[in-house]
Amino acid sequence: MEELMIQVENVAKRYRLGMIGRTTLREEIQRKKAKRRNQEDPTVKIGRETDYSYGDTFLALDGVSFEVKKGEALGIIGHNGAGKSTLLKLINRITAPTEGVIRLNGRVASMLEVGTGFHPELTGRENIYLNGAILGMTKKEIESKMEQIIEFSECRKFIDTPVKRYSSGMYVKLGFSVAAHLDSEIMIMDEVLAVGDVAFQNKCISKMKEVAKSGKTILYVSHNMATIRNLCNRCIVLSAGKKIFDGEVEEAIEHYVTRDFSLNSETILDSLKRPYRTTALTHMKRITYLGGENGVFEMGDILRFQLDWSAKRAFDRMKLRLGIFTVSQIAVGVSFTEDFSVQEGENSEIFSLDISHLLPGKYCLELLMIELDDNESQVKHDVLHKDAVIFEIVASEEKKLFRAVNRDWGHYVLPETKCE
Amino acid sequence: MDNKSVEPSRWLMEIRPTDKRMNLNFKEIWRYKDLILLFVKRDFKARYKQTLLGPAWAVIQPLLTTVVFSIIFGSLAKLTTADVEGSTLKMPAFLFFMTGTIFWAYFSGTVSATSSTFIENVRIMSKVYYPRMVTPISTAFSNLISYFIQLALFVVLLVIFVVIGIAEVSLTWFSLMIPALIVQMMMLSTGVGILISAFTTKYRDLRMLVTFGLQLWEYLSPIPYGLSMIPERLMWLYMLNPITPIITAMRYAFFGTGYFNLVYYLISLAVTIVIFIFGMIMFNRIERTFADTV
Repeated sequence: MEELMIQVENVAKRYRLGMIGRTTLREEIQRKKAKRRNQEDPTVKIGRETDYSYGDTFLALDGVSFEVKKGEALGIIGHNGAGKSTLLKLINRITAPTEGVIRLNGRVASMLEVGTGFHPELTGRENIYLNGAILGMTKKEIESKMEQIIEFSECRKFIDTPVKRYSSGMYVKLGFSVAAHLDSEIMIMDEVLAVGDVAFQNKCISKMKEVAKSGKTILYVSHNMATIRNLCNRCIVLSAGKKIFDGEVEEAIEHYVTRDFSLNSETILDSLKRPYRTTALTHMKRITYLGGENGVFEMGDILRFQLDWSAKRAFDRMKLRLGIFTVSQIAVGVSFTEDFSVQEGENSEIFSLDISHLLPGKYCLELLMIELDDNESQVKHDVLHKDAVIFEIVASEEKKLFRAVNRDWGHYVLPETKCE
Repeated sequence: MDNKSVEPSRWLMEIRPTDKRMNLNFKEIWRYKDLILLFVKRDFKARYKQTLLGPAWAVIQPLLTTVVFSIIFGSLAKLTTADVEGSTLKMPAFLFFMTGTIFWAYFSGTVSATSSTFIENVRIMSKVYYPRMVTPISTAFSNLISYFIQLALFVVLLVIFVVIGIAEVSLTWFSLMIPALIVQMMMLSTGVGILISAFTTKYRDLRMLVTFGLQLWEYLSPIPYGLSMIPERLMWLYMLNPITPIITAMRYAFFGTGYFNLVYYLISLAVTIVIFIFGMIMFNRIERTFADTV
């Protein structure tokens, strides 16, 4: 049987709004809350108005339970304000839970922020000792790893210079090097870990991989799905303080990215939040897929859809810009419609886009209503969030080859190569 | 490590909601002794980095204060520098003031530094866990280094003064009390400091009061004047200040003459211990959630 290293049992963390008397924290929590509710401007003091009054409580974590076995690398994903940082803070003993128990079976070392506790007046070497000790190493442990740390940091030449003379790049490199050589059974890592120039970032990632493979238990928080895939063998998804998924990494990422959106043949766009300000002269109301089944298309299909919108005035040269993204927000391609005219009031039009070369998978459709001005630059009249509209492509019987899509293939299959 | 499944009772650590129970983990603090040592080194090194005179400042500062005290309180205000009247031993005002100023330099330095433990270290403490007590403990010790340097200077001066005949001392067994008095000094200043730090996380007002309070406290202690200034009928009240018996006992230990009252001293010791333990309890209670309130 495998050994349990972390057991989180029904953990909740409650913050009391406004009761602390310090505006900064209050604002921070309100900002968190704002983000959670998809508010556009997080600094707007929503608490002032109607939603939350003085003394209201806010659950940053709400009954979260999970277990981590020895050697597992668990990814924690979720949107801003979902409770990831709070969870790590609890496991890391920076603050105490309001309810529930966390049991740990090993020393916890956090690699949350590199270079925390560096003292500018001390030399690189002195700071390695200090930083290592802050992170929980004993002097002996640090001494035994000193050479490796200096080597990894690429700062050997300056190791006996006060760190205040370091460039910011050297500073973070040294910080990461100390954190990477921690020797605890449980390691908490954060996405900001990969630091420095590209070469050093790659070095960081492979070092983290190495740590993950060495049988240590890893908790990893990130918004970067590529590194999650790279490092983790299990994933939990947090949303609004609750655990909404626990399991296989790919599934978790899909779950995270598509959260509340289920595949539908019709999506109401009218009430959706717009990501940024536009002229708002047009307003998209509804998109209906024609063909396909509840938003699922077969590979080789044409994406036909009907779009309904309203306009405040008539336009002669309206265009629709369609951006295709993967669910992990990687851009696949873009397409523009021909010019079409728009009348004042309600409009409806049917469009078709050739998506026959897209590989199977779930995709997001970004919709923008634009007009080209005299300089051919885009005037945006209405814009939707990238992940507002989604569709899925599945491989049909005659395209069995594409059933098991290899991630390395990309998302687009080029036209067939001919024999000459 | 073996591969057997672990019984719930074998968990190394349990994190539970804050409760009123004391859970001071001395073993854990001990495990972080290297960090304490490094903090002490850092504090001491960083304090005198980029100064021309370096650690000499540890000596110059109290010397200057002592000179100022000698001129203002001694020569101008002509305050008595005797703890008891009618002592037959010669004692220059300078040495008298120096015992007080170096004590006070330690006390006020430690109290003001430890009282802002959480606020000053919030950036690191909200990122990394280490036993929070490590910080005040290391402050107490790094200030002790300065204190010892000053004490050494004092002893040198005392010896010189005795040799050239300006001062007279009569060494007694009581001099052996000095280490105990220093420990008490550390406990009292750390205790007061962490007690304040526990409250300042929520109410910053206290921080404003610390500077002023310390100044007032200094004048309520026999530092700028001798104990014999205090009328006998008010002595019991004056002695409730736990610092007074420590300072007078210290002077008694150095000079072999002065004031020592066992009852008052024991009260001071008891107050010190109570403040220290109460400070630890409050500190312990706050440290687990301070990140939410600072």
